[in-house]
Amino acid sequence: MSGVDYLSPGTVADAVSALRAAGGSARLMAGGTDLLVQMRGGRAKPKVVIDLKGIPGLSGIRLEGGGFIVGAATPGAVLGEHEALKAAWPGVIEAANLIGSTQVQGRASLGGNLCNASPAADSVPALIAAGVVCLIEGPGGKRELPVEKVQTGPGKTALAVDEILVAFRFPAKAAQSSDAYLRMIPRTEMDIAVVGAGVSVSLDASGVCTAARVGIGAVAPTTLLVEAAGAALVGSEFDDAALAKLEAAVAAACRPISDKRGTAEYRTKVASVLARRAALIARDRASA
Amino acid sequence: MSRTVVKATVNGEPVEFLGGGGQSLLDALRDELRLTGSKEGCGTGDCGACSVIVDGRLVCACLMLAPEAEGKRIETIEGLADGSNLHPLQHQFLEHAALQCGFCTPGLLMASKALLDRNPDPTETEVRYWLAGNMCRCTGYDKIVRAVMDAAADLRQEKPR
Ligand SMILES: Cc1cc2nc3c(=O)[nH]c(=O)nc-3n(C[C@H](O)[C@H](O)[C@H](O)COP(=O)(O)OP(=O)(O)OC[C@H]3O[C@@H](n4cnc5c(N)ncnc54)[C@H](O)[C@@H]3O)c2cc1C
Ligand code: FES
Ligand code: FES
Repeated sequence: MSGVDYLSPGTVADAVSALRAAGGSARLMAGGTDLLVQMRGGRAKPKVVIDLKGIPGLSGIRLEGGGFIVGAATPGAVLGEHEALKAAWPGVIEAANLIGSTQVQGRASLGGNLCNASPAADSVPALIAAGVVCLIEGPGGKRELPVEKVQTGPGKTALAVDEILVAFRFPAKAAQSSDAYLRMIPRTEMDIAVVGAGVSVSLDASGVCTAARVGIGAVAPTTLLVEAAGAALVGSEFDDAALAKLEAAVAAACRPISDKRGTAEYRTKVASVLARRAALIARDRASA
Repeated sequence: MSRTVVKATVNGEPVEFLGGGGQSLLDALRDELRLTGSKEGCGTGDCGACSVIVDGRLVCACLMLAPEAEGKRIETIEGLADGSNLHPLQHQFLEHAALQCGFCTPGLLMASKALLDRNPDPTETEVRYWLAGNMCRCTGYDKIVRAVMDAAADLRQEKPR
Protein backbone atom coordinates (compact mmCIF):
# COMPACT_ATOMS: atom_id res chain seq x y z
CA MET A 1 0.00 0.00 0.00
CA SER A 2 3.00 2.35 -0.20
CA GLY A 3 3.30 5.06 -2.83
CA VAL A 4 -0.43 5.83 -2.97
CA ASP A 5 -1.35 9.49 -3.44
CA TYR A 6 -4.12 10.97 -1.33
CA LEU A 7 -6.27 13.78 -2.69
CA SER A 8 -9.00 15.67 -0.89
CA PRO A 9 -10.72 17.83 -3.51
CA GLY A 10 -13.03 20.64 -2.41
CA THR A 11 -15.52 20.43 -5.28
CA VAL A 12 -17.21 17.72 -7.33
CA ALA A 13 -15.66 19.22 -10.49
CA ASP A 14 -12.16 18.88 -9.03
CA ALA A 15 -12.88 15.29 -8.01
CA VAL A 16 -14.13 14.47 -11.53
CA SER A 17 -11.00 16.02 -13.09
CA ALA A 18 -8.78 14.07 -10.71
CA LEU A 19 -10.60 10.87 -11.68
CA ARG A 20 -10.13 11.63 -15.39
CA ALA A 21 -6.47 12.58 -14.94
CA ALA A 22 -5.77 9.30 -13.16
CA GLY A 23 -7.25 7.35 -16.07
CA GLY A 24 -8.65 4.41 -14.13
CA SER A 25 -5.87 4.17 -11.53
CA ALA A 26 -7.80 6.24 -8.95
CA ARG A 27 -10.44 5.13 -6.48
CA LEU A 28 -13.03 7.28 -4.78
CA MET A 29 -13.24 6.98 -1.01
CA ALA A 30 -16.07 7.91 1.35
CA GLY A 31 -15.66 6.10 4.69
CA GLY A 32 -13.09 3.67 3.30
CA THR A 33 -14.57 0.71 5.22
CA ASP A 34 -14.74 -1.33 2.03
CA LEU A 35 -11.97 0.33 0.01
CA LEU A 36 -9.23 0.25 2.66
CA VAL A 37 -9.97 -3.40 3.46
CA GLN A 38 -9.68 -4.20 -0.26
CA MET A 39 -6.43 -2.22 -0.59
CA ARG A 40 -4.97 -4.01 2.38
CA GLY A 41 -5.93 -7.39 0.95
CA GLY A 42 -4.43 -6.46 -2.43
CA ARG A 43 -7.78 -6.66 -4.26
CA ALA A 44 -7.72 -2.90 -4.95
CA LYS A 45 -4.42 -1.31 -6.03
CA PRO A 46 -5.16 2.35 -6.74
CA LYS A 47 -2.34 4.82 -7.37
CA VAL A 48 -4.56 7.66 -6.14
CA VAL A 49 -7.24 7.72 -3.45
CA ILE A 50 -9.73 10.58 -3.83
CA ASP A 51 -11.41 11.40 -0.53
CA LEU A 52 -14.95 12.69 -1.08
CA LYS A 53 -15.66 13.82 2.48
CA GLY A 54 -14.22 17.31 2.04
CA ILE A 55 -16.69 18.21 -0.72
CA PRO A 56 -19.69 20.25 0.46
CA GLY A 57 -22.86 18.39 -0.50
CA LEU A 58 -21.23 14.96 -0.22
CA SER A 59 -21.63 15.03 3.58
CA GLY A 60 -24.71 16.11 5.45
CA ILE A 61 -28.49 16.04 5.22
CA ARG A 62 -30.81 18.81 4.03
CA LEU A 63 -34.53 19.22 3.43
CA GLU A 64 -35.67 19.88 -0.13
CA GLY A 65 -39.12 19.83 -1.67
CA GLY A 66 -40.62 18.05 1.33
CA GLY A 67 -38.04 15.25 1.05
CA PHE A 68 -34.38 14.94 2.01
CA ILE A 69 -31.12 15.25 0.12
CA VAL A 70 -28.53 13.04 1.83
CA GLY A 71 -24.87 13.46 0.90
CA ALA A 72 -23.49 10.17 -0.47
CA ALA A 73 -20.52 10.17 1.95
CA THR A 74 -22.48 10.95 5.14
CA PRO A 75 -21.57 8.33 7.78
CA GLY A 76 -24.19 6.02 9.28
CA ALA A 77 -23.77 7.46 12.77
CA VAL A 78 -24.75 10.92 11.48
CA LEU A 79 -27.81 9.48 9.70
CA GLY A 80 -28.91 7.73 12.90
CA GLU A 81 -28.64 10.97 14.89
CA HIS A 82 -30.85 12.92 12.46
CA GLU A 83 -34.24 12.71 14.15
CA ALA A 84 -36.32 14.02 11.23
CA LEU A 85 -34.74 11.64 8.71
CA LYS A 86 -35.15 8.73 11.12
CA ALA A 87 -38.80 9.61 11.74
CA ALA A 88 -39.51 9.82 8.00
CA TRP A 89 -37.56 6.74 6.87
CA PRO A 90 -37.06 4.44 9.87
CA GLY A 91 -36.46 1.43 7.61
CA VAL A 92 -33.58 3.04 5.71
CA ILE A 93 -32.00 4.23 8.93
CA GLU A 94 -32.31 0.87 10.68
CA ALA A 95 -30.69 -0.73 7.63
CA ALA A 96 -27.87 1.83 7.50
CA ASN A 97 -27.25 1.48 11.23
CA LEU A 98 -26.95 -2.32 10.95
CA ILE A 99 -23.72 -1.87 8.98
CA GLY A 100 -20.76 -3.01 11.09
CA SER A 101 -19.83 -1.80 14.57
CA THR A 102 -19.95 1.58 16.31
CA GLN A 103 -16.50 2.22 14.82
CA VAL A 104 -17.63 1.32 11.29
CA GLN A 105 -20.74 3.51 11.76
CA GLY A 106 -18.45 6.47 12.35
CA ARG A 107 -17.30 6.16 8.72
CA ALA A 108 -19.48 3.89 6.56
CA SER A 109 -21.72 5.74 4.07
CA LEU A 110 -24.79 4.90 1.97
CA GLY A 111 -22.85 5.88 -1.18
CA GLY A 112 -20.06 3.44 -0.35
CA ASN A 113 -22.52 0.69 0.55
CA LEU A 114 -24.28 1.09 -2.81
CA CYS A 115 -21.19 1.63 -5.01
CA ASN A 116 -19.22 -1.24 -3.47
CA ALA A 117 -22.01 -3.19 -5.16
CA SER A 118 -22.21 -6.16 -2.83
CA PRO A 119 -25.52 -7.99 -3.32
CA ALA A 120 -25.65 -8.24 0.49
CA ALA A 121 -25.24 -4.48 1.14
CA ASP A 122 -27.67 -3.81 3.97
CA SER A 123 -28.86 -0.30 3.18
CA VAL A 124 -29.59 -0.95 -0.50
CA PRO A 125 -32.85 -2.99 -0.32
CA ALA A 126 -34.20 -0.33 2.07
CA LEU A 127 -33.16 2.52 -0.27
CA ILE A 128 -34.82 0.69 -3.17
CA ALA A 129 -38.02 0.18 -1.18
CA ALA A 130 -38.03 3.86 -0.22
CA GLY A 131 -37.89 4.90 -3.89
CA VAL A 132 -34.65 6.83 -3.42
CA VAL A 133 -32.94 8.37 -6.46
CA CYS A 134 -29.18 8.87 -6.96
CA LEU A 135 -27.87 12.27 -8.03
CA ILE A 136 -24.78 11.61 -10.15
CA GLU A 137 -22.20 13.98 -11.65
CA GLY A 138 -19.56 13.41 -14.29
CA PRO A 139 -17.68 15.30 -16.99
CA GLY A 140 -20.85 15.36 -19.11
CA GLY A 141 -22.91 17.00 -16.36
CA LYS A 142 -25.55 15.70 -13.98
CA ARG A 143 -27.92 12.75 -14.23
CA GLU A 144 -30.29 10.84 -12.00
CA LEU A 145 -30.69 7.10 -11.54
CA PRO A 146 -33.02 5.17 -9.22
CA VAL A 147 -31.06 3.15 -6.64
CA GLU A 148 -32.24 -0.17 -8.10
CA LYS A 149 -30.50 0.66 -11.41
CA VAL A 150 -27.06 1.28 -9.91
CA GLN A 151 -25.75 -2.22 -9.13
CA THR A 152 -25.17 -4.22 -12.32
CA GLY A 153 -23.33 -7.23 -10.86
CA PRO A 154 -21.16 -8.13 -7.88
CA GLY A 155 -18.70 -5.22 -7.52
CA LYS A 156 -20.08 -3.51 -10.65
CA THR A 157 -22.16 -0.35 -11.03
CA ALA A 158 -23.78 1.67 -13.81
CA LEU A 159 -21.55 4.64 -12.99
CA ALA A 160 -18.87 5.51 -15.55
CA VAL A 161 -15.25 5.52 -14.26
CA ASP A 162 -15.32 9.33 -14.09
CA GLU A 163 -18.75 9.68 -12.48
CA ILE A 164 -19.45 10.40 -8.82
CA LEU A 165 -22.54 9.65 -6.79
CA VAL A 166 -23.07 13.01 -5.10
CA ALA A 167 -26.24 12.52 -3.07
CA PHE A 168 -29.45 10.58 -2.57
CA ARG A 169 -32.87 12.19 -2.99
CA PHE A 170 -35.49 10.79 -0.64
CA PRO A 171 -39.01 11.52 -1.88
CA ALA A 172 -41.46 13.59 0.17
CA LYS A 173 -43.16 11.11 2.44
CA ALA A 174 -46.89 10.57 1.96
CA ALA A 175 -49.21 10.71 4.99
CA GLN A 176 -49.71 7.25 6.54
CA SER A 177 -46.64 5.73 4.97
CA SER A 178 -43.58 4.10 6.42
CA ASP A 179 -40.85 1.53 5.82
CA ALA A 180 -38.91 -1.28 7.49
CA TYR A 181 -35.81 -3.41 6.90
CA LEU A 182 -34.99 -6.86 8.27
CA ARG A 183 -31.91 -8.95 7.75
CA MET A 184 -31.09 -12.54 8.63
CA ILE A 185 -27.68 -13.23 10.14
CA PRO A 186 -26.72 -16.04 12.52
CA ARG A 187 -25.82 -13.50 15.24
CA THR A 188 -27.10 -10.03 16.10
CA GLU A 189 -24.06 -7.89 15.14
CA MET A 190 -21.03 -7.75 12.87
CA ASP A 191 -22.00 -10.15 10.11
CA ILE A 192 -22.95 -10.10 6.43
CA ALA A 193 -26.60 -10.53 5.51
CA VAL A 194 -27.64 -14.05 4.52
CA VAL A 195 -30.81 -12.34 3.29
CA GLY A 196 -32.12 -8.77 3.61
CA ALA A 197 -35.57 -7.34 2.84
CA GLY A 198 -36.80 -3.74 2.82
CA VAL A 199 -40.46 -2.74 2.38
CA SER A 200 -42.18 0.66 2.20
CA VAL A 201 -45.97 1.05 2.21
CA SER A 202 -48.57 3.81 1.99
CA LEU A 203 -52.09 3.43 3.39
CA ASP A 204 -55.36 5.27 2.89
CA ALA A 205 -57.50 6.49 5.79
CA SER A 206 -59.15 3.08 6.19
CA GLY A 207 -55.85 1.19 6.26
CA VAL A 208 -55.94 -0.11 2.69
CA CYS A 209 -52.53 -0.25 1.00
CA THR A 210 -52.27 2.32 -1.81
CA ALA A 211 -48.62 1.84 -2.74
CA ALA A 212 -45.81 -0.55 -1.79
CA ARG A 213 -42.24 -1.26 -2.82
CA VAL A 214 -40.13 -4.27 -1.90
CA GLY A 215 -36.32 -4.51 -2.14
CA ILE A 216 -34.34 -7.69 -1.42
CA GLY A 217 -30.65 -8.39 -0.89
CA ALA A 218 -28.20 -11.32 -0.92
CA VAL A 219 -30.49 -13.49 -3.06
CA ALA A 220 -29.20 -12.58 -6.54
CA PRO A 221 -26.03 -11.09 -8.14
CA THR A 222 -27.41 -7.64 -7.28
CA THR A 223 -29.93 -6.22 -4.85
CA LEU A 224 -33.38 -6.27 -6.46
CA LEU A 225 -36.60 -4.30 -6.69
CA VAL A 226 -39.49 -6.82 -6.72
CA GLU A 227 -42.32 -4.90 -8.35
CA ALA A 228 -44.76 -7.83 -8.26
CA ALA A 229 -44.29 -8.13 -4.50
CA GLY A 230 -45.23 -4.49 -3.97
CA ALA A 231 -48.19 -4.86 -6.36
CA ALA A 232 -49.44 -7.85 -4.35
CA LEU A 233 -50.10 -5.58 -1.38
CA VAL A 234 -51.82 -2.72 -3.21
CA GLY A 235 -55.58 -2.69 -2.59
CA SER A 236 -55.28 -5.10 0.34
CA GLU A 237 -55.47 -4.70 4.09
CA PHE A 238 -52.45 -6.97 4.48
CA ASP A 239 -54.63 -10.07 4.73
CA ASP A 240 -53.12 -13.54 4.44
CA ALA A 241 -53.97 -13.86 0.76
CA ALA A 242 -52.13 -10.64 -0.12
CA LEU A 243 -49.17 -11.60 2.03
CA ALA A 244 -49.03 -15.03 0.41
CA LYS A 245 -48.92 -13.33 -3.00
CA LEU A 246 -46.11 -11.09 -1.77
CA GLU A 247 -44.18 -14.12 -0.53
CA ALA A 248 -44.63 -15.93 -3.84
CA ALA A 249 -43.48 -12.87 -5.81
CA VAL A 250 -40.36 -12.53 -3.65
CA ALA A 251 -39.54 -16.24 -3.96
CA ALA A 252 -39.96 -16.04 -7.74
CA ALA A 253 -37.49 -13.13 -7.93
CA CYS A 254 -34.76 -14.87 -5.91
CA ARG A 255 -31.79 -16.31 -7.81
CA PRO A 256 -29.46 -17.04 -4.91
CA ILE A 257 -26.28 -19.06 -4.74
CA SER A 258 -25.70 -21.79 -2.19
CA ASP A 259 -22.69 -21.18 0.01
CA LYS A 260 -21.48 -21.75 3.57
CA ARG A 261 -23.83 -18.98 4.69
CA GLY A 262 -26.98 -20.66 3.40
CA THR A 263 -28.40 -22.84 0.64
CA ALA A 264 -30.32 -21.33 -2.26
CA GLU A 265 -33.52 -22.96 -0.99
CA TYR A 266 -33.05 -21.58 2.53
CA ARG A 267 -32.30 -18.08 1.26
CA THR A 268 -35.38 -18.08 -0.95
CA LYS A 269 -37.62 -19.17 1.92
CA VAL A 270 -36.13 -16.64 4.34
CA ALA A 271 -36.41 -13.80 1.80
CA SER A 272 -40.17 -14.27 1.53
CA VAL A 273 -40.61 -14.57 5.29
CA LEU A 274 -38.53 -11.42 5.94
CA ALA A 275 -40.42 -9.47 3.26
CA ARG A 276 -43.75 -10.46 4.83
CA ARG A 277 -42.57 -9.45 8.32
CA ALA A 278 -41.05 -6.18 7.09
CA ALA A 279 -44.32 -5.36 5.29
CA LEU A 280 -46.27 -5.82 8.52
CA ILE A 281 -43.81 -3.68 10.49
CA ALA A 282 -44.00 -0.94 7.83
CA ARG A 283 -47.82 -1.16 7.95
CA ASP A 284 -47.85 -0.83 11.76
CA ARG A 285 -45.49 2.14 11.57
CA ALA A 286 -47.59 3.78 8.85
CA SER A 287 -50.79 3.48 10.87
CA ALA A 288 -49.20 4.50 14.19
CA MET B 1 4.30 13.51 -3.53
CA SER B 2 2.89 10.35 -2.02
CA ARG B 3 3.75 11.53 1.51
CA THR B 4 2.84 14.98 2.76
CA VAL B 5 3.06 16.81 6.07
CA VAL B 6 -0.05 16.21 8.17
CA LYS B 7 -0.89 18.53 11.05
CA ALA B 8 -3.32 17.34 13.69
CA THR B 9 -4.01 17.51 17.42
CA VAL B 10 -3.34 14.31 19.33
CA ASN B 11 -4.46 14.17 22.97
CA GLY B 12 -4.53 17.96 23.05
CA GLU B 13 -1.01 18.43 21.65
CA PRO B 14 -0.35 19.78 18.16
CA VAL B 15 1.59 17.20 16.11
CA GLU B 16 3.11 16.99 12.62
CA PHE B 17 4.02 13.86 10.75
CA LEU B 18 4.54 12.56 7.22
CA GLY B 19 1.55 10.65 5.90
CA GLY B 20 0.59 9.11 2.56
CA GLY B 21 -2.43 7.49 0.91
CA GLY B 22 -0.92 4.08 1.50
CA GLN B 23 -0.64 4.51 5.24
CA SER B 24 -3.31 4.09 7.89
CA LEU B 25 -3.78 6.49 10.77
CA LEU B 26 -2.85 3.52 13.00
CA ASP B 27 0.53 3.17 11.24
CA ALA B 28 1.12 6.92 11.62
CA LEU B 29 0.25 6.88 15.33
CA ARG B 30 2.44 3.87 16.04
CA ASP B 31 5.37 4.37 13.63
CA GLU B 32 5.62 8.15 13.15
CA LEU B 33 4.35 9.41 16.52
CA ARG B 34 5.51 6.40 18.56
CA LEU B 35 2.12 6.14 20.26
CA THR B 36 2.02 2.36 20.41
CA GLY B 37 -0.95 2.03 22.78
CA SER B 38 -3.39 1.57 19.89
CA LYS B 39 -2.98 -2.00 18.64
CA GLU B 40 -3.39 -3.70 15.30
CA GLY B 41 -5.31 -6.94 15.71
CA CYS B 42 -6.67 -7.35 12.21
CA GLY B 43 -6.15 -4.25 10.09
CA THR B 44 -9.60 -4.72 8.57
CA GLY B 45 -12.06 -3.12 10.97
CA ASP B 46 -13.13 -6.34 12.66
CA CYS B 47 -11.44 -6.35 16.07
CA GLY B 48 -11.51 -2.76 17.39
CA ALA B 49 -8.04 -2.97 19.01
CA CYS B 50 -7.11 0.20 17.08
CA SER B 51 -10.12 2.25 18.26
CA VAL B 52 -9.47 5.99 18.60
CA ILE B 53 -11.75 9.02 18.79
CA VAL B 54 -11.55 11.49 15.89
CA ASP B 55 -13.43 14.79 16.27
CA GLY B 56 -15.63 13.10 18.86
CA ARG B 57 -16.39 9.98 16.78
CA LEU B 58 -15.15 6.49 17.54
CA VAL B 59 -13.35 4.99 14.52
CA CYS B 60 -10.92 2.20 13.69
CA ALA B 61 -7.53 3.85 13.13
CA CYS B 62 -6.69 0.97 10.78
CA LEU B 63 -9.56 2.03 8.48
CA MET B 64 -8.63 5.69 8.20
CA LEU B 65 -5.79 7.04 6.08
CA ALA B 66 -3.03 9.01 7.80
CA PRO B 67 -3.50 12.17 5.65
CA GLU B 68 -7.20 12.23 6.59
CA ALA B 69 -6.05 13.31 10.05
CA GLU B 70 -5.21 16.81 8.73
CA GLY B 71 -6.81 19.38 11.04
CA LYS B 72 -8.51 16.71 13.15
CA ARG B 73 -8.66 16.29 16.91
CA ILE B 74 -7.57 12.75 17.81
CA GLU B 75 -7.87 11.05 21.19
CA THR B 76 -5.86 7.88 21.89
CA ILE B 77 -5.37 5.67 24.91
CA GLU B 78 -2.20 7.63 25.79
CA GLY B 79 -4.40 10.62 26.67
CA LEU B 80 -6.97 8.81 28.80
CA ALA B 81 -5.29 9.05 32.21
CA ASP B 82 -4.71 12.46 33.75
CA GLY B 83 -0.99 12.19 34.48
CA SER B 84 -0.70 9.42 37.04
CA ASN B 85 -4.44 9.59 37.88
CA LEU B 86 -6.18 6.78 36.08
CA HIS B 87 -9.49 7.48 34.32
CA PRO B 88 -12.44 5.85 36.15
CA LEU B 89 -12.70 3.36 33.26
CA GLN B 90 -9.08 2.31 33.71
CA HIS B 91 -9.59 2.06 37.45
CA GLN B 92 -12.68 -0.15 37.08
CA PHE B 93 -11.01 -2.37 34.45
CA LEU B 94 -8.33 -3.08 37.08
CA GLU B 95 -10.88 -3.54 39.90
CA HIS B 96 -12.88 -6.04 37.85
CA ALA B 97 -9.83 -7.75 36.33
CA ALA B 98 -11.43 -6.93 32.97
CA LEU B 99 -8.24 -7.80 31.12
CA GLN B 100 -5.84 -10.67 30.81
CA CYS B 101 -3.35 -10.28 27.96
CA GLY B 102 -4.40 -6.64 27.55
CA PHE B 103 -4.20 -6.50 23.76
CA CYS B 104 -7.83 -5.47 23.37
CA THR B 105 -7.81 -3.13 26.36
CA PRO B 106 -6.74 0.21 24.78
CA GLY B 107 -9.42 -0.18 22.12
CA LEU B 108 -12.07 -1.21 24.63
CA LEU B 109 -11.22 1.73 26.88
CA MET B 110 -11.47 4.24 24.04
CA ALA B 111 -14.71 2.69 22.78
CA SER B 112 -16.13 2.80 26.32
CA LYS B 113 -15.02 6.41 26.72
CA ALA B 114 -16.79 7.35 23.49
CA LEU B 115 -19.95 5.70 24.84
CA LEU B 116 -19.86 7.40 28.23
CA ASP B 117 -19.04 10.77 26.63
CA ARG B 118 -22.42 10.68 24.92
CA ASN B 119 -24.44 8.42 27.22
CA PRO B 120 -23.48 8.71 30.90
CA ASP B 121 -26.09 6.17 32.02
CA PRO B 122 -26.16 3.29 29.52
CA THR B 123 -28.05 0.05 30.08
CA GLU B 124 -26.14 -3.22 29.98
CA THR B 125 -27.68 -3.93 26.57
CA GLU B 126 -26.51 -0.56 25.27
CA VAL B 127 -22.98 -1.28 26.52
CA ARG B 128 -22.94 -4.69 24.86
CA TYR B 129 -24.15 -3.38 21.48
CA TRP B 130 -21.84 -0.37 21.55
CA LEU B 131 -18.83 -2.63 22.22
CA ALA B 132 -19.80 -5.29 19.67
CA GLY B 133 -16.93 -4.20 17.41
CA ASN B 134 -14.29 -4.80 20.09
CA MET B 135 -13.09 -8.38 20.25
CA CYS B 136 -11.56 -9.85 23.39
CA ARG B 137 -10.23 -13.38 23.18
CA CYS B 138 -9.43 -13.68 26.91
CA THR B 139 -12.05 -12.35 29.30
CA GLY B 140 -15.40 -13.49 27.96
CA TYR B 141 -16.62 -9.85 28.03
CA ASP B 142 -18.67 -10.04 31.24
CA LYS B 143 -16.06 -8.37 33.43
CA ILE B 144 -15.57 -5.69 30.80
CA VAL B 145 -19.28 -4.88 30.74
CA ARG B 146 -19.39 -4.73 34.54
CA ALA B 147 -16.34 -2.46 34.63
CA VAL B 148 -17.94 -0.06 32.14
CA MET B 149 -21.22 0.01 34.09
CA ASP B 150 -19.37 0.78 37.34
CA ALA B 151 -17.15 3.41 35.69
CA ALA B 152 -20.31 5.06 34.35
CA ALA B 153 -21.67 5.17 37.91
CA ASP B 154 -18.37 6.61 39.18
CA LEU B 155 -18.41 9.32 36.51
CA ARG B 156 -22.03 10.22 37.31
CA GLN B 157 -21.06 10.73 40.95
CA GLU B 158 -18.07 12.87 40.00
CA LYS B 159 -20.19 15.33 38.09
CA PRO B 160 -23.84 15.09 39.04
CA ARG B 161 -26.15 15.93 36.19
C1 LIG C 1 -16.01 -4.62 10.24
C2 LIG C 1 -16.91 -4.34 9.06
C3 LIG C 1 -18.25 -4.70 9.15
C4 LIG C 1 -19.11 -4.45 8.07
N1 LIG C 1 -20.42 -4.81 8.19
C5 LIG C 1 -21.27 -4.58 7.17
C6 LIG C 1 -22.66 -4.91 7.29
O1 LIG C 1 -23.12 -5.40 8.33
N2 LIG C 1 -23.47 -4.65 6.23
C7 LIG C 1 -23.02 -4.09 5.08
O2 LIG C 1 -23.80 -3.88 4.17
N3 LIG C 1 -21.71 -3.76 4.94
C8 LIG C 1 -20.83 -3.99 5.95
N4 LIG C 1 -19.50 -3.64 5.82
C9 LIG C 1 -19.02 -3.08 4.57
C10 LIG C 1 -18.94 -1.52 4.52
O3 LIG C 1 -18.78 -1.00 5.83
C11 LIG C 1 -20.19 -0.90 3.91
O4 LIG C 1 -20.38 -1.38 2.60
C12 LIG C 1 -20.11 0.64 3.89
O5 LIG C 1 -21.38 1.19 3.71
C13 LIG C 1 -19.18 1.19 2.84
O6 LIG C 1 -19.20 2.60 2.90
P1 LIG C 1 -17.87 3.46 2.88
O7 LIG C 1 -18.28 4.88 2.91
O8 LIG C 1 -16.93 3.03 3.92
O9 LIG C 1 -17.31 3.06 1.44
P2 LIG C 1 -15.85 3.15 0.79
O10 LIG C 1 -15.01 2.03 1.26
O11 LIG C 1 -15.33 4.53 0.93
O12 LIG C 1 -16.25 2.92 -0.73
C14 LIG C 1 -16.78 1.68 -1.19
C15 LIG C 1 -16.76 1.64 -2.71
O13 LIG C 1 -17.66 2.61 -3.27
C16 LIG C 1 -16.99 3.57 -4.03
N5 LIG C 1 -17.59 4.85 -3.69
C17 LIG C 1 -17.74 5.34 -2.42
N6 LIG C 1 -18.42 6.49 -2.44
C18 LIG C 1 -18.72 6.74 -3.75
C19 LIG C 1 -19.41 7.81 -4.41
N7 LIG C 1 -19.96 8.81 -3.72
N8 LIG C 1 -19.53 7.77 -5.76
C20 LIG C 1 -18.99 6.71 -6.45
N9 LIG C 1 -18.33 5.68 -5.88
C21 LIG C 1 -18.18 5.70 -4.54
C22 LIG C 1 -15.53 3.45 -3.67
O14 LIG C 1 -14.68 3.80 -4.74
C23 LIG C 1 -15.42 1.97 -3.31
O15 LIG C 1 -15.28 1.21 -4.47
C24 LIG C 1 -18.61 -3.86 6.89
C25 LIG C 1 -17.26 -3.47 6.82
C26 LIG C 1 -16.42 -3.70 7.90
C27 LIG C 1 -14.98 -3.28 7.82
S1 FES D 1 -6.85 -3.46 13.89
FE1 FES D 1 -8.36 -2.02 13.40
S2 FES D 1 -10.14 -3.12 13.78
FE2 FES D 1 -8.63 -4.64 14.07
S1 FES E 1 -7.56 -9.34 27.41
FE1 FES E 1 -6.64 -10.58 25.89
S2 FES E 1 -7.83 -10.06 24.13
FE2 FES E 1 -8.86 -9.04 25.70
